[in-house]
Amino acid sequence: MTARGFGLFALMGLVLLGVGALQSWQLAITILNMSLISAIMALGVNMQWGYAGLFNVGVMGFTAIGGLAVVLVAQPPVPEAWAAGGMGALLGLLLGVASILAAVVVYKRLPKGRLRALAMVAVLVAGYFITSAVFGPATQAIEAVNPASEGYLGGLGLPVVLAWPVGALFAGGVAWMVGKVSLGLRSDYLAIATLGISEIVIAVLKFEGWMSRGVNNVTGIDRPVVRPVDLQTESWLQALAETLGWEVQQTASVVSGLGYAALFTLVLGLLIWLSERAWTSPWGRMMRAIRDNEVSARAMGKDVTQRHLAVFILGSAVCGLAGAMMVSMDGQLTPGSYEPLRYTFLIWVMVIVGGSGNNWGAVLGGFVVWFLWVQVEPAGRWFMELATAGMADGSDLKDHLLGSASYMRLLTMGVALLLMLRFAPRGLIPER
Amino acid sequence: MEFLNALVTLSNFMLVPALAYGSQLALGALGITLIYSILRFAHFAHGDTMALGTAAVIGGTFFLQGQGIGIAPLPTALLAVPFGVLVMVGYLLAADRLVYRYYRRVRAKPMIFVMASLGVMFVTNGITRLFMGVGETRFEDGERFVFSVREFRAFTGLAEGLALRNAQAITIVTALIVMIVLFWFLTRTRAGKSMRAYSDNEDLALLSGINPERVVTITWVITAILLVLAGTLYGLDKGFRAFNYFQLLLPMFAAAILGGLGSPIGAIVGAYVVAFAEMGVTFAWRRVAGYLLPEGFEPSGMVQLLPVDYKFAVTFMILVIVLLFRPTGIFKGRVL
Amino acid sequence: MAEPFLIGDAMTGGYGGADILHDCTIAVEKGQIAVIVGPNGAGKSTAMKAVFGMLKLRLGAVRLEGEDISALTPQARVAKGMGFVPQTSNIFPSMTVEENLEMGAFIRRDDIAATMEQVYTLFPILRDKRGQAAGELSGGQRQQVAVGRALMTQPKVLMLDEPTAGVSPIVMDELFDRIIEIARTGISILMVEQNARQALEIADKGYVLVQGANRYTDTGAALLADPDVRKSFLGG
Repeated sequence: MTARGFGLFALMGLVLLGVGALQSWQLAITILNMSLISAIMALGVNMQWGYAGLFNVGVMGFTAIGGLAVVLVAQPPVPEAWAAGGMGALLGLLLGVASILAAVVVYKRLPKGRLRALAMVAVLVAGYFITSAVFGPATQAIEAVNPASEGYLGGLGLPVVLAWPVGALFAGGVAWMVGKVSLGLRSDYLAIATLGISEIVIAVLKFEGWMSRGVNNVTGIDRPVVRPVDLQTESWLQALAETLGWEVQQTASVVSGLGYAALFTLVLGLLIWLSERAWTSPWGRMMRAIRDNEVSARAMGKDVTQRHLAVFILGSAVCGLAGAMMVSMDGQLTPGSYEPLRYTFLIWVMVIVGGSGNNWGAVLGGFVVWFLWVQVEPAGRWFMELATAGMADGSDLKDHLLGSASYMRLLTMGVALLLMLRFAPRGLIPER
Repeated sequence: MEFLNALVTLSNFMLVPALAYGSQLALGALGITLIYSILRFAHFAHGDTMALGTAAVIGGTFFLQGQGIGIAPLPTALLAVPFGVLVMVGYLLAADRLVYRYYRRVRAKPMIFVMASLGVMFVTNGITRLFMGVGETRFEDGERFVFSVREFRAFTGLAEGLALRNAQAITIVTALIVMIVLFWFLTRTRAGKSMRAYSDNEDLALLSGINPERVVTITWVITAILLVLAGTLYGLDKGFRAFNYFQLLLPMFAAAILGGLGSPIGAIVGAYVVAFAEMGVTFAWRRVAGYLLPEGFEPSGMVQLLPVDYKFAVTFMILVIVLLFRPTGIFKGRVL
Repeated sequence: MAEPFLIGDAMTGGYGGADILHDCTIAVEKGQIAVIVGPNGAGKSTAMKAVFGMLKLRLGAVRLEGEDISALTPQARVAKGMGFVPQTSNIFPSMTVEENLEMGAFIRRDDIAATMEQVYTLFPILRDKRGQAAGELSGGQRQQVAVGRALMTQPKVLMLDEPTAGVSPIVMDELFDRIIEIARTGISILMVEQNARQALEIADKGYVLVQGANRYTDTGAALLADPDVRKSFLGG
């Protein structure tokens, strides 16, 4: 990293310390942790965009599927639900997959023509009815089990940290399917396909209550770090609070937050180390060669589509990992809260602002943009209050403007993205 | 009689709504396909600019309602459409001058244009929400039905009823008129032909003395008209919520790709295919089947292939099938 | 000697990097046919593009009817009366033949019916196919559309970049006949050709370029008769 990069990171650190000193340390830690997670997501997107020029507009879907992994791995299983329909649901899923495979076999084996199309449709329709006959009742039975607090199968009850690589695996699997279909065609087809798959992932999370409790949310997920409530009773913490002159509750949440920060930094550090090595390796050189001149890379006998697929899967897996980390930090999966502007397009702003094609740039972008995202809202409110100060209290317009202050940040992000793209397209820390 | 009842209930709950939805999609997809063929990028801000245009129309509607001006039985919003078009022409041209024109001049890669359209999307989204918030706004007024279920039953004596809502009828008629006018414009006028020429062969168009900036300007103006109409009709039909407009992006793109990117006729056909597929797959066929199947075979379930929440999955499947088997779309758009 | 109708005089330049043309002169008289031939990579197309203003000249000038047009853009040169038919993608494939011709006349504000009639008389097959998309026509017919499109501006000079590339010998002969007809109406023709022998047969003036410079310049017949030219460039 260059001196410029170091300087920018140091500045960012100072700003966060400033937030701690001026606003509150809890806020500073919250921003730090979410920045770390955002940085990992940005790193994932940067692999795809910076290394290969792939445009992934489905970041939200990949992070959400990573979040689902946390529930499936770490939540305790619900035995009654398993008894009620666990086997049925699994069998249903298997039947669904089997009918798709059967359709593929039909497609590959039969000669081209009307017969093949008919046979394929017949297989799919039959498969659909068999599958739903098994699947529907089973999931209904599961969702009927103690719906207020359970109504789903639960998970495997394994340690929550294990869920992180599993989340990456899930996201990678989805990416494989999307990439298989849309890579090798026009570059914007991938964008549209990923946009679609991310909407579908969210729909599945919201609707398949037997798996994710849908919009009822899964709460109280095991955390990898001791919770603040449990910390408060520790004598060393109480002593620490006394030394700092803080309240015990505040000290506990800061210490707990720092625990997450340490864990996340470890993961981020590992990922950066791996990406940096990949960047300078022959593989990285080849990827950039392909990105910069696809035609000549193809002419040199490189299987561009295959390489793109690999990097697309890798980047999406990193996004899935970050999604899993985020859910385990929050301790809950809330499918209703996934919004494309926040989870897809904001990540893109991070990559562009930070510097596409530079891992450190993407990380810095994650920090800067997340900081802005959090702080622009109070700033917007302040601005609106200033702007409306002259208006009579209680006037409709004033109330409306004050109430809309939070949308200022969408505007700000858009303007930031456009300005960077236009005047500093290489970002804060440009590609070497 | 059984067959007629089946047809009527099918029309009431699926065919008519799908026709209206397809018309709204078609107007949106036409805009996408036009921008694609002239400016050569996937316009990701389309859904959000549609929302902003509708917001302008809603503002105009509320103003007119406040003045007591209306055109009952038609909704006041139709009167406000020209105002919305004017606002959006200004907005899109400003976006073009401030954002896209620079990238045209440096001949940036299509992906950079797409990225810029993401920035425009953010800004537009913010502006729309500043005015409209995130909640739902209804702005339909005037007569609600062309004819209602009760009137239809009394008239035909059938057990099942069919209603035609004003918003649906207006949507279908307007879309038809707009499509005819658009095709007339593209095939009969000098400006329309120059657009097609530019889309076909940019360099030769330049050699022939066609001014690219003029073509681009005309394209944005047409896009503004199309998207304000599409957004207003959609809002009259289903109510205005900013996020729903963003979500229209996927079916609109699917329609444009299915028809063949760059092909206007393809965008229209694609839109209706997407609309009917979405509605057909998420439609509960029980009542229809009940009329058609012989006594004793009435289905017990809803006979719904997929729950409504998965309508995007249907769109996505269409997209996947197109990409797998015919990436150029039905009407051979461009690939690569 | 009087100044030729159109002349690219002592042109030196390239596409930004190293020079491709070196002191190269190309000229055509009113109503005559000038042909540029030479081996691959000799800068034939580049010389023509330089005359049309598609690359920047470092030295030299282009003059049309004595007027220096070196600073004009290609579009402005079209307005001055130069027509250009590129070698590839020289039609609007999804538009009909008639629309292609209309687009050719885009800068004209007067009635174009008479000019279109002339084009149809010159290429009768286009009249039959006027309603068909140009992209669906055969290679030779497409070339006719391309030439027809360029004629729609009523140019004084018509520039053709390898008009017979990729068409069969019979179609080639036919195209050359049409080109002679066009020249007879008073339009000067400047053309780059790969089929050197046939092209020189119809040429009033021939330019043999090698490495971006004039090697031989003479009448078409004289070049055909020149044993050196025959040996080196016409295959004996």
